[in-house]
Amino acid sequence: MEKLKSLADLEKVRAETQAKLDLRARDGSPEAVVQVRVAMATCGIASGARPVMDFFVDELDKRGISAVVTQTGCMGYCYAEPTVEVQLPGQEPVVYGFVDRKRADEIIEKYIRNGELVEGIIPVNYEKID
Amino acid sequence: MHLLVCGGTSCRASESALIAESLKRELEEKGLGNEVQVVMTGCFGLCEQGPVVKVMPDNTFYVKVRPEDAAVIVAEHVIKGRPVQRLLYVNPATGEHVSGSGQMGSFRKQIRIALRNCGFINPENIDEYIAREGYAAIGKCVSELSSADVIDIMKRSGLRGRGGAGFPTGLKWEIASKNQADQKYVVCNADEGDPGAFMDRSVLEGDPHSVLEAMAICGYAIGASKGLIYIRAEYPLAIQRLKIAIAQARDYGLLGNNILGSDFSFDIDLRYGAGAFVCGEETALIHSMEGMRGEPTNKPPFPAESGFMGRPSNVNNVETFASVPVIINRGWEWFSSIGTEKSKGTKVFALAGKINNVGLIEVPMGITLREIIFEIGGGIKNGKKFKAVQTGGPSGGCLTEHHLDTPIDFDNLVAVGSMMGSGGMIVMDEDDCMVSIAKFFLEFTVEESCGKCAPCRIGNKRIYELLTHITKGNGTLADLDRLRNMCNVIKDTSLCGLGQTSPNPVLSTMENFMDEYLAHVTEKRCPAGSCRDLMKYTIIEEKCVGCTACARGCPVNAISGERKEPHFIDQEKCIKCGACFERCKFGAVLIN
Repeated sequence: MEKLKSLADLEKVRAETQAKLDLRARDGSPEAVVQVRVAMATCGIASGARPVMDFFVDELDKRGISAVVTQTGCMGYCYAEPTVEVQLPGQEPVVYGFVDRKRADEIIEKYIRNGELVEGIIPVNYEKID
Repeated sequence: MHLLVCGGTSCRASESALIAESLKRELEEKGLGNEVQVVMTGCFGLCEQGPVVKVMPDNTFYVKVRPEDAAVIVAEHVIKGRPVQRLLYVNPATGEHVSGSGQMGSFRKQIRIALRNCGFINPENIDEYIAREGYAAIGKCVSELSSADVIDIMKRSGLRGRGGAGFPTGLKWEIASKNQADQKYVVCNADEGDPGAFMDRSVLEGDPHSVLEAMAICGYAIGASKGLIYIRAEYPLAIQRLKIAIAQARDYGLLGNNILGSDFSFDIDLRYGAGAFVCGEETALIHSMEGMRGEPTNKPPFPAESGFMGRPSNVNNVETFASVPVIINRGWEWFSSIGTEKSKGTKVFALAGKINNVGLIEVPMGITLREIIFEIGGGIKNGKKFKAVQTGGPSGGCLTEHHLDTPIDFDNLVAVGSMMGSGGMIVMDEDDCMVSIAKFFLEFTVEESCGKCAPCRIGNKRIYELLTHITKGNGTLADLDRLRNMCNVIKDTSLCGLGQTSPNPVLSTMENFMDEYLAHVTEKRCPAGSCRDLMKYTIIEEKCVGCTACARGCPVNAISGERKEPHFIDQEKCIKCGACFERCKFGAVLIN
C-alpha cells in the first residue's frame, strides 16, 4: 500500500472507497451486486456463523448470483445469532437473525432472487449517527 | 408489498402470531395472497406499543394492533392505499398520529456512537473504516488543532471513563499532558473482566481502527509517541483483528513516523494479560505489562505521573477510546447535547440473564431501566416477574423495581447503591435467590483477589463462607450483623478498587432484599426456591396414587411405599435432586 502522506491522500482513499461502495449498492450500475454481511464476532462464530458464511460464498457462486460476501463485527443481536445483513442494489439493508443453512437457502431463493422477505428479520432498533 | 408483524417475545405474548394469521387469511380472501407477503420479524424494540405491524415499502407503522384489525388494514391500506389513522403511532410530544417510521422522531431508544461501525464495516479492511470518516479525526488534530485544543474539546464534551469509575477523560488527558518526561505512554485497557460484560470485545472485533485512531489522538494530546493495548489472551479474535488493523494502519502510515505528513509520530503495540480481574485496575495493569505480578499499588502516584516504566501514562478503556474520534469530528457541542447534566453521551450495555433480547445496546445516558429492560430488552424471559438487575458486575449492586424509573447515569447509580461499572447488566427474575446471587459474586471476587492486602484476601473469603453457611440453612441473626460489619471493614480498608467494592453485592442485596436473608436465617427457607439445601420434598398423601414412578426414579432409594398406596420420602436419605418431582404425573410431590 502507498503511504498516506497528507490529508488529501486520506480524502482520496475515502472518496474512492465510498464511490466503490456506492456503485455496488446502486441499482442499475454496472458494478451493482448483492451484498451479504455476516456478523463474525466471537458470539456469531460460536453460534455457527462460519459455515453460514461459507454457504453463502459457495451457493451464491454456484447459483450464478453476483454477490460480495464479507464479514463484519457484532450487530448487537446476540440472542439471534448468527445474524446476516443482506443488501440488494438500490434497497435498504435487511438483517436476518437465527440464520442456519436452511434459512440461508431460503434467503437466497426468496429474498435475493425475488425480493420476497422471509421470516427472521430483525428490525433496526437504533439511531445511526451518520 | 410486505406486512411485517413483530414476532418478538413480548408481541407474541399479545397475540401477534394470530394477527399474522388473520392478515394472511384476509389477503387470501381478497385474492392478494401472492402479491402481499406477511412476514414475522424479530423485536422492533417498541414493546410498550406492541404488537406492531410495519407495512413495506411505504414504512407505515401500526401499533397496538389487535387480530380483528387485520380486515381493516387489508381493506383500507393494502387495497385502497389509505393508512388506518387510528392504528398509527402517536407522537407523545405533539399528540399527532404519524405514519412513517421516518416521522416518528427518536422513537428508537438507542443511539450508536461507540458502536457506530460495529456490524457495518469489515473490521479487517481499513478502507471501509476510512470511508466512514475513519482517521479524519487524527487528520484534523495534526493539521488544525493544538494539543491544548484537543484536550479542551475532550473536557467540554463531558466524556467520562467508560471502564467503570467515570473519571472525566479530558481532565485525565490534561494531567498526563502537564507531566514532563522523555517518554509518555497511552495505554488502552482492554482487560474486560466483569462477568456478563462483552462490549469491549465487540468493539475491538468489530471496529478496531476506532480504538487505534483514538489512541493516536490521545498521544497527540498528551505528547506521547507510544501506545500499548493491554488485552487478555482469552480474546483471540480481538487480538487477531487488532494485529491486522495495526499492520494496515502502519502500511498506510497512519501509525508510525510523521503521520499524514505532520511531525507527529505514534505507534502501538499489544501486551497480553492472562485474564485476571484485578488487572483492570490501572496500577495492577501497568505492573502486569511491565512483566511483574499483576498487583495494584497505592495511588498516588497516579499513572499520569508515574505509570508504565515509571513514565507518565494515560490509561483509558476501549469504549472510552471508541467515542473519541466522533467527538473530534462532530464537536463537543454535539456530544454534550446527548445525555444528562453530569453524564454526557451514550453508554453501551451488555444485557444478559433472564431477559429476552440478550445482546449489546447503546443508549443515551439518562434512559431508565424500565426502557432498557421492557422495551429494548423485550422484557423478562418466559413471562416471569422482574426481580432485580445487577449493574457494575461484582463491584456493583442490584437495582430493584423501585429503581426502574431512575434515569441511569454515573451519579444516580452510585446514589442508589450500585455503579455503572463497565456496563454489564444481569437481569434476574423471581426464581433467583438474592443470597445466592451475592454468593456467586463473592465466589468470583475470592478467586480474583490478588492477595496483596489482608482485608480483601481474608475478608472476602470469610464473607463467602458466611454466605455459604446461610444458604445451607445454618445461619443465625448474629451472622447477618457479622456479615454487614465485615463488608464495611473490607470496603474501608482494602488497597484497591477490587476490595473496596467487592462487598457491594452483599450490602446492596441486604439493603434491598433483607426479607430473603431473614427467611434463610430464621425460617430456614429460600423464598425463590433455589437453595437446594433448604428445599424439602414431600409427597401429598391425598394426591399420590401409588404408581411407583417416583420410587423407581429416585437415585438414592429414598422413596418407599406399596403399589397403589401413598409413598413417603425419607428425608435423611433425600439428596434433593428433584427427580421425583419431574416424574410425578399427579402433582403429588411438593417442594418447600
